[in-house]
Amino acid sequence: MSQPSAPIIEIDHLTKYYGKREIVSDLSLTVPRGCIYGFLGRNGMGKTTTIRVFLGLEDPTRGTARVFGLDSRSLSPEARARIGYLPEGHHVYGWMTVRECGQFQASHFPAWDQDIFETVLTHFRLTPKMKAGHLSRGQRAGLCLALTLAPEPELLVLDDPALGLDPVARRSLLQSMLYVTRQADRTIFFSSHLLSDVERVADRIAVLDGGTLRADCTVEAFRQQIRHFVLKFRGTPPATPEIPGLLESFRTDRELAITLVNVTPETESRLHALQPESIEPAELTLEDAFISYVGERGEKSFFMNGKEVK
Amino acid sequence: MALVFSLAAASDTPIYRQIMRQIRRAVALEQLQLGEQLPTVRALAESLVVNPNTVARAYQELIRDGLLESRSGIGVFVAEKVRQVFSPAERERRLRQAIEPLLHEALMLHFSLPEVRTALEEQWQELQSHVTTRRKK
Repeated sequence: MSQPSAPIIEIDHLTKYYGKREIVSDLSLTVPRGCIYGFLGRNGMGKTTTIRVFLGLEDPTRGTARVFGLDSRSLSPEARARIGYLPEGHHVYGWMTVRECGQFQASHFPAWDQDIFETVLTHFRLTPKMKAGHLSRGQRAGLCLALTLAPEPELLVLDDPALGLDPVARRSLLQSMLYVTRQADRTIFFSSHLLSDVERVADRIAVLDGGTLRADCTVEAFRQQIRHFVLKFRGTPPATPEIPGLLESFRTDRELAITLVNVTPETESRLHALQPESIEPAELTLEDAFISYVGERGEKSFFMNGKEVK
Repeated sequence: MALVFSLAAASDTPIYRQIMRQIRRAVALEQLQLGEQLPTVRALAESLVVNPNTVARAYQELIRDGLLESRSGIGVFVAEKVRQVFSPAERERRLRQAIEPLLHEALMLHFSLPEVRTALEEQWQELQSHVTTRRKK
């Protein structure tokens, strides 16, 4: 066993090419033990590739990835058995029944816990005799989750587990995730596009954009770093000024709405210099903050662990 | 426990602050009595389906504000005597900050000040009577 304080996943300057295409670019990321880590980014930004590399399913082109302190390129079967991986898409062997899926999976994992398997099945209203191929999307997700949780993995890696799930199944998924982390040494690394779900369960988030890590911080820090101001003017608002950290701006005939990252007292004085009638700060939802941050327009700067990196 | 929480999905108010607001409200309405024990962090997190750290943060902030108190090894309680932790100026500032959105809304809907005052008084009475009936029970 590695020490409790040792990180579970350490990705160090990881770069991955498929042919001539660079998918992941110089990515460094550390996931501490016992935390729920949300991995965010638009489609095609390298999330699944990053996951596949640290699980040892792909070799890095450059850099390293370590899990439990072990190099991902040479993970032993014992080390792999400590990881529960739910790949994107909830694949099942359609010709098996739910019970047979469990028996098949159990034969690969010495620490298989049949009680957990059955509890998760019940949670998703599945019965042993159901044919895996006839399940709905949400039921299939439930089956996959049961198969992933029953071996009691120390590290749970979920690649877009909520994809295609209805709200009830999504809530069950979140409950299962929180249930797993009742034990303080369990770690969950999951990717998702559902930011209200992420906000509910994640301790920290990492934002991947164009293969590069753009943020690595707590959910709350992310929300606090991205600020939105509405400036009201008596007449027509001036053109959007060149402000460091400007993500988005929107002009109407009396207002200028500006979204900024890494606001400093200096940026605020720049806003005051426009001499608006009033400046109103507004809170953004996590989703709005994320969209502004990875959106197309605006100057970008990024922050990691709360510190700004230029 | 009579405490009923509801969280708005995708709200612009962070979850820990939604929890804080609802505990404050429950204490004001005496749904939570002075000295009453709150659910454990774990239990509340499970019923709300949120990360336990989020609940812990809400409790911590309310302990800092003097509304809740932590008794080590036992749990978190509504303070026996809710301390007035804010300076007179800060109290005033908080009140005015809370009034502002009300006035914006009233202006936009073309209410006069007397109308607002009447509505305020009615709501105030209703809240007060709510609290006293609870006391009689």
